[in-house]
Amino acid sequence: MVEKNIIEVNDANFQNEILKASAPALVDFWAPWCGPCRAVAPVVEELANQFQGQLKVGKLNVDDNPKTPGQYGIRAIPTLILFKNGMVAEQITGAVSKSTLEAAIKKTL
Amino acid sequence: MENSIYDLIIVGGGPAGLTAGLYARRSRLNTLLIERLIPGGQVTTTDWVDNYPGFPDGISGFELVDRMRRQTERFELPVINDEIVSLSLQGPDKTLNGTQGTYKTKTLIIASGTVHKKLGVPGEGLLGGKGVSYCATCDGPFFKDQEIAVVGGGDTAVQEALYLTRFTQKVYMIHRRDQLRAVRILQEKALANPAIQPIWNAVVESILGTDQVEGVQIKKLDGSLRQTLPVQGVFIFVGNQPHTDWLKGTLPLDPQGYIPTNEHLATPIPGIFAAGDVRQKQFRQISTAVGDGATAVFAVERYLEAL
Repeated sequence: MVEKNIIEVNDANFQNEILKASAPALVDFWAPWCGPCRAVAPVVEELANQFQGQLKVGKLNVDDNPKTPGQYGIRAIPTLILFKNGMVAEQITGAVSKSTLEAAIKKTL
Repeated sequence: MENSIYDLIIVGGGPAGLTAGLYARRSRLNTLLIERLIPGGQVTTTDWVDNYPGFPDGISGFELVDRMRRQTERFELPVINDEIVSLSLQGPDKTLNGTQGTYKTKTLIIASGTVHKKLGVPGEGLLGGKGVSYCATCDGPFFKDQEIAVVGGGDTAVQEALYLTRFTQKVYMIHRRDQLRAVRILQEKALANPAIQPIWNAVVESILGTDQVEGVQIKKLDGSLRQTLPVQGVFIFVGNQPHTDWLKGTLPLDPQGYIPTNEHLATPIPGIFAAGDVRQKQFRQISTAVGDGATAVFAVERYLEAL
């Protein structure tokens, strides 16, 4: 499932990989049973390639990792969160178009 | 590719758009399908489809549209991921302006579908993704053993309420009328399900909570009762609105924003056709969208022949 420029994030590595990351990070909270998550996945993949080197991109499966989504009060997927210096910079719920997500990334970088 | 002129561009990749793409490619039209996300449309989030012929045991919405998409792949339908923001008409060709590029075509089939309506009550925007949901198949599992409210009484509301009873045994159905609008077989299932508690003749006044949904305040339409239901989730299925903002000013729309067409699915602008839920019509189903997709391509071919 995980592509070249996308890392797999889980409850164990979330702090190190995302909160302590030197670059801003985008996390796609998803689950296999969610249709819109599959719709947004290729968009996330394209953006991971486009912003390679500037933005860290990860996917977190909420089924296998309930702790992290709980901490951020996530009760809908897909939820995409942009983190900067360990803090939430932008939070987007639902499948959105590439341009919406791209605008949020540019705002955060 | 930006300078080439397509025979046909289809905007929208739900059942209407995919069917149009299939028919167009089999007619060897130089075709492009443009979709905001990935092909599938609203059916992607439909838990289960029991009214589309050919699947005697039913099929998941996601699987059904994925099969439609794979069928168009077999006939090499090109698909571009872009959001079209406007349409310009200068001369007979049509130009579509997207956020990623510009596309020129001789004919256009608009199959951009509908998006879900919001309730428009206080708390709805603030708590989106925090207990307010428009997709039971996406968010249902977050509400295991919690109390949930479903707002609406049509096919989608009832189907999704039934789906949510997999996760919880307490689903309030808040509906503004004294009976459901959904097809009879769904009504019967819902009313026989002990987990579903209908609340008739009632509307939601506000959704309560700051970081999470903590309840919904409802009101009986005759003013007899105001009450707070202690739910953690609110699933809203109060209908849809056409995705036609990008056409305002260039194409005639009805007061609700749907596209009026004639029986050949032609709009008043030569070479522009509409198919599926976005079209002004009485009945919006997967089966009727598929029919529209095929009919529109037939009309496109007649139009191209006469050019």
